[in-house]
Amino acid sequence: MKKKACGLIFALFVAVFLILPALSLAGGPDPNGANTGTAADITAATAGSPTPAEVANQVGHNKVAINMMWTLITGFLVMFMQAGFAMVETGMTRAKNVAHTMAMNFMIYPLGMLGFYICGFAFMFGGMGAIGTMGGYAGLNHEVSITLFGKTFGLFGGKGFFLTGQSYDVAVFALFLFQMVFMDTTATIPTGAMAERWKYSAFFIYGWFVGTIIYPIYGNWVWGGGWLAMLGQNFHLGHGHVDFAGSSVVHMTGGVIGLVGAWILGPRIGKYNRDGSPNPIPGHNIPMAMIGTFILAFGWFGFNPGSTLAGTDLRIAIVAVNTMLASATGALAATLWMWLVRTKKPDPSMMCNGMLAGLVAITAPCAFVNSVSACIIGLISGVLVVEAAFFIEGVLKIDDPVGAIAVHGVNGAWGVLSLGLFADGTYGDGWNGVAGTVKGLFYGDSSQFIAECVGVLANLVYVGLISLIVFKLIDVVVGLRPSPEVEVDGLDIPEMGLPGYVGIKLDKYSETPLSR
Amino acid sequence: MKMIQAIIRREKLGAVKEALDNLKCPGLMVWEIMGHGKQKGITEQFRGREFRVDLIPKTKIEIVVHDAQVKSLVDAIIKTSSTGQIGDGKIFIIPVEDAIRIRTGEKGEIAVG
Repeated sequence: MKKKACGLIFALFVAVFLILPALSLAGGPDPNGANTGTAADITAATAGSPTPAEVANQVGHNKVAINMMWTLITGFLVMFMQAGFAMVETGMTRAKNVAHTMAMNFMIYPLGMLGFYICGFAFMFGGMGAIGTMGGYAGLNHEVSITLFGKTFGLFGGKGFFLTGQSYDVAVFALFLFQMVFMDTTATIPTGAMAERWKYSAFFIYGWFVGTIIYPIYGNWVWGGGWLAMLGQNFHLGHGHVDFAGSSVVHMTGGVIGLVGAWILGPRIGKYNRDGSPNPIPGHNIPMAMIGTFILAFGWFGFNPGSTLAGTDLRIAIVAVNTMLASATGALAATLWMWLVRTKKPDPSMMCNGMLAGLVAITAPCAFVNSVSACIIGLISGVLVVEAAFFIEGVLKIDDPVGAIAVHGVNGAWGVLSLGLFADGTYGDGWNGVAGTVKGLFYGDSSQFIAECVGVLANLVYVGLISLIVFKLIDVVVGLRPSPEVEVDGLDIPEMGLPGYVGIKLDKYSETPLSR
Repeated sequence: MKMIQAIIRREKLGAVKEALDNLKCPGLMVWEIMGHGKQKGITEQFRGREFRVDLIPKTKIEIVVHDAQVKSLVDAIIKTSSTGQIGDGKIFIIPVEDAIRIRTGEKGEIAVG
């Protein structure tokens, strides 16, 4: 009896193991994925038997899906750069101000975003036309322009306020998210240049202006179909002012706002002696600054490659590698320049500035240059940022605690100029409506370089002027600086209501240098 | 009763404490201080600008002992904290008027270890 029962159970087991493989062919588990995803997944009138037209539709939908996913995910990476900026700035400033510095970098994210949502996006992209990589929807079709010498000069857009009506569209929303995080990058740059002596209420008001007006207008001129982009079509200046991911639109704008703001604010107490020589005010946390720099470098993998707005544009591989190489040569050049030429010490904060300068500079040309050019652009930016920092601090006597003006302003300008030199003609056919690929001076097109110069000048003039007006206005209404007692004691408790570091003894003796 | 006030290098605290323990020193107080004597300070730099830091971190040990213990304890402190370089520190001997043990109320020499 027992033998018969065992035999029966054994036979049952064998039968089950023979049947199981057959089961997997009929909707069972798929451990290697070979059978998952078939014609049955194609949207079709008859499930499992799509017509050629239905297959074509699915392919087109998937292409747009890839592009939209790319845009959104790289946008998420750029959002994380807000944390990077916060850490760099707080690490390079003093412990008595950490809550205040952090709070500026924190609050600029929602302030800038909401301003951009209310009207900034509309001003910048309201007239951009079809969103080609994500389905071609062309609802953003109202550009306010003037006509001079028979040419149209686009000034700003007029569609997309609050993302309502015609802009309640998936492609528009994806574009908005991506462009918003770029705007917030600009918005947070001046908080570094103006740190440690900027009243929080004054900063708060600035936060509304940057996302609504300052950033979007120049942005429209370059990316929204405005007059700088049209320099090619209108005046045969290359492909117009070309800026792939924003050396001028994002970084130079931020740097110029910071320049004007830091100049109007004046230096921190104790920064300069009576004879004009500067005193160093050491940052309180070098590890924080360096981790912040790595976070920024990581986010830049979203910033530059994402600017194709298309995962199907395989130039993204070139863009990503160029970005990476420039960051490395920028860091190297700045470090060696400090170590061998300037101070005989490889200063960590300048290392950070060097990497960031390389990233800022490559942001415009990254899609248009080869890898050797990318390395050279980064190398030059590493030296440039060190010299610019010394010049701004020592000659212009403008106190920039973190080097934001040298990194973003100066190297933002160098970035677009380098595009005008190094663009090698392997990409960019039809850019800004001009036939042919984008070439720089070294590859035969000097007019491209001129277009970049025009863009740099326009940025300096427009951003400089409007920042001047905005900051002067805020100064009159609220006052830009806290009282000297508040500044020397630390902004945290008087301005934010609590110390950023609780229970840590602050070194009040060495934190404010003696002005001789 | 005397108070031995010893200003030593921060990194020598471990060795000095161990030597004091070996001599059955009753207790000690440790302060982290900043200061300088002949050791004039060091030069640091930030973003390429140099600055002098002329207050250097030191450690101050204070112990109150019987007069008879002073010499051996001072010798022990000198032996374990000296490097021969400028900045080794100083020892001051300060007379103590009275001492009281809070727990029992004892006064005088008996209250010191």
